[in-house]
Formats: sequence, C-alpha cells, structure tokens
Amino acid sequence: MPEVVLRKQQIVVEEIFHEGGPRADTPLRRAAMISVVRNPFAGRYEPEIAGFMEDLKPLGLDMARRLIAALGGREAVEGYGKGAIVGEAGEIEHGALWHVPGGYAMREVLGGARAIVPSTKKVGAAGARLDVPVTHINASYVRSHFDAMEVGINDAPRPDEMALVLVMTTGPRIHERVGGLKASEIKGEDGLR
Amino acid sequence: MKADIRKIVVVMDETHREMGREIAPPTRRAAAVAVIANPFAGRYVEDLAELMDIGAELGGLLGRRAVAALGIEPGQAQSYGKAAMVGENGELEHAAAILHPKLGAPLRAAVEKGAALVPSSKKMGGPGQPLDIPLGHKDAAYVRSHFDGMEVRVNDAPRANEIMVAVAVTDSGRPLARVGGLTVSEIKGEDGLR
Repeated sequence: MPEVVLRKQQIVVEEIFHEGGPRADTPLRRAAMISVVRNPFAGRYEPEIAGFMEDLKPLGLDMARRLIAALGGREAVEGYGKGAIVGEAGEIEHGALWHVPGGYAMREVLGGARAIVPSTKKVGAAGARLDVPVTHINASYVRSHFDAMEVGINDAPRPDEMALVLVMTTGPRIHERVGGLKASEIKGEDGLR
Repeated sequence: MKADIRKIVVVMDETHREMGREIAPPTRRAAAVAVIANPFAGRYVEDLAELMDIGAELGGLLGRRAVAALGIEPGQAQSYGKAAMVGENGELEHAAAILHPKLGAPLRAAVEKGAALVPSSKKMGGPGQPLDIPLGHKDAAYVRSHFDGMEVRVNDAPRANEIMVAVAVTDSGRPLARVGGLTVSEIKGEDGLR
C-alpha cells in the first residue's frame, strides 16, 4: 500500500473557564489534532483500499500520544472522538479508512478505553469545518460528556488530500446539568454504561 | 486578572510539505486566543483605560502560551502578530484599546527583544468568524520571508458582549520563501525595520 505523505499538522487546545455561569475550579480542556495527508486514491475509483488502514496506524498512534501530552497525561482524558474531511477528488469511503487506525490508536494509548469512538466524516473543500462528536471514553451513555469540537484548516484539505482528526477532552461540558448517567456511575463493562 | 476570560484557545500548526517539497525542519506557527468579557459592551465609555490594562495582561499571557505551544525558548521566536475581534455590542475602538497602548511590551518580553512593530489587525464580528493575524519578523519588519498571516477562529466566540484577542508567534518564515528582499541573515536589529 502507498506511503503516508504528510503535508501539515495542527494541534488546538481549548480551555473553557465558564460559559456565563460559575467559573470552574478546573477548566474543561478540549484538544484536537489534524493531520493533512495525501489521498493516494484521489481522482479514480480504486476497489481495494483497505490496506491503507495499516499504513495509517503509526500516524494514529503519534497523534493520540501528542494529544495526551497536550492535555497533561492519560489520566486527564475522559472523552474522545474522531473524524475526517476528504478533499473533493476523493470519496467518503476514503474517510472511513480512518476508523480503525484513528480509533484503536486512541483506545490503545489510553490504556484500553472501552467505549466506541464517535465519529463523523465528509467530503469538503479547503477551509471546511468539521464538528467532531465526543463521548466518554469508557461509557457512551454518560450524558455529561456528550460534546463536540469544531475543527478545520483554512488551506486543507486540497482536492487530493484528507484531513484526519482526533479529539480528546478532559471532562464534562462546563455547565453540564441535564442529568442522565453520570461518570461516577459507570460500570465500564460493555462500553455503554 | 482584570480580564474575565471565558476561554483560551491555543493552535499550533506545522507544515511538513508544500508543492511536493519537503520542508525540513517544518515551519511552525502558534496562536493563542483569549475570549474575554467586554466591560464596555452596549454603552459608550470615554475612558478606555481598563481595556488597555487588559491588553497588557493578555500580551504577556498569550505571548507565553504561544511560545510554550511551539516548545521553544523565547529567544528562538522569529515573528509575531496580534489581532482582536469585537462582538457586536462593542466598538472597533475597544480592539484598539486592547492592542495598541500596552499589549506590546509584555509580548516582547515573552519573545525576547522584538525591536519591530507588532503587525496587527482588528474587526467587529460574531461567533465563528475567521480572524487573520498578520505576521512579521520580530526584530526587523522588512524581512520579506516572514511576512505571513495565520487564521484563527473559535466557533462560539466572540459573543455579542465579548472580545476575542489573539497573539501569534512563529519559529520560522513561510514554507518555501523565495521572493527575495531582506533576509534573516542580514538583520541588524537596531531600528526594528532592517
């Protein structure tokens, strides 16, 4: 399978102190990392693409490690999500190549996180924004941790590129108060509750 | 802290390739953005001193955050810039009060030296709007390889009663600079221009 040709990377860290309510003792932090890589299948229909997932694994692991470092260590991470924007000479299926190398990289580096990694993807032009969904790393139903982070790069993806995204967060929404399963009630067996 | 900071966003980008050419080491830029309450939203206030003091606080805070995101020593910073976007209940002059009187000195301390004018831009805007921060070499404004800009945006800011304040710092120029002009090696660094 083709090599991974990296053009550009961006890492964004948000610290949220309040949103009009009481100032949090510990601000919520959300971090995203985007890698802009060449889409080796751009411009044609290629029946066999799945092998590229294996090639993307080292990139996924590197991005997961850098996000954890940006948030101050594995113990700090409570939520995650992933996504991809495929440049217009590619197809949505190319974005689906990121599910395995992106998702399992985060779960592995976080020490076996149990919940499915929520995701979204689309075909878009340079500057397209992607709202990456976020849920709790061990139990998808934890309502306080349902969140999302908007990401994008003004000059990517070009038509023959893909922007691959991972997101991690350190806790619940800053003023979470709509009930549901709490992080303290997680059983952590099935990845859901 | 005089400023009521709702959120801080730090962005760092690295360019590894451009037009098929490897950029080694990658060029890197960082921007730190603070979203603050506008103390003068919705009314005309003659004396803008409070915003000037907020500018001084943010110049140091955001300058240090951007340098930290690059993982460099302050003296390794090469270019810088600043910008502000004022939510709709404010006025453009609020951006000027933050950016111009007092923000520069603490920013220069964060990047060491900084003989050159800090290039700036400002606008009124709403949540999610892009803000383009101009960039220029910190010790010699005429260094052509370092004229650049960095776009930042925060999807939920600035709200109507907020101001978004941004500082950008780099450790490099454009990825494939080749339009001539004054080069880094020719900097005298005395007058801030050359």
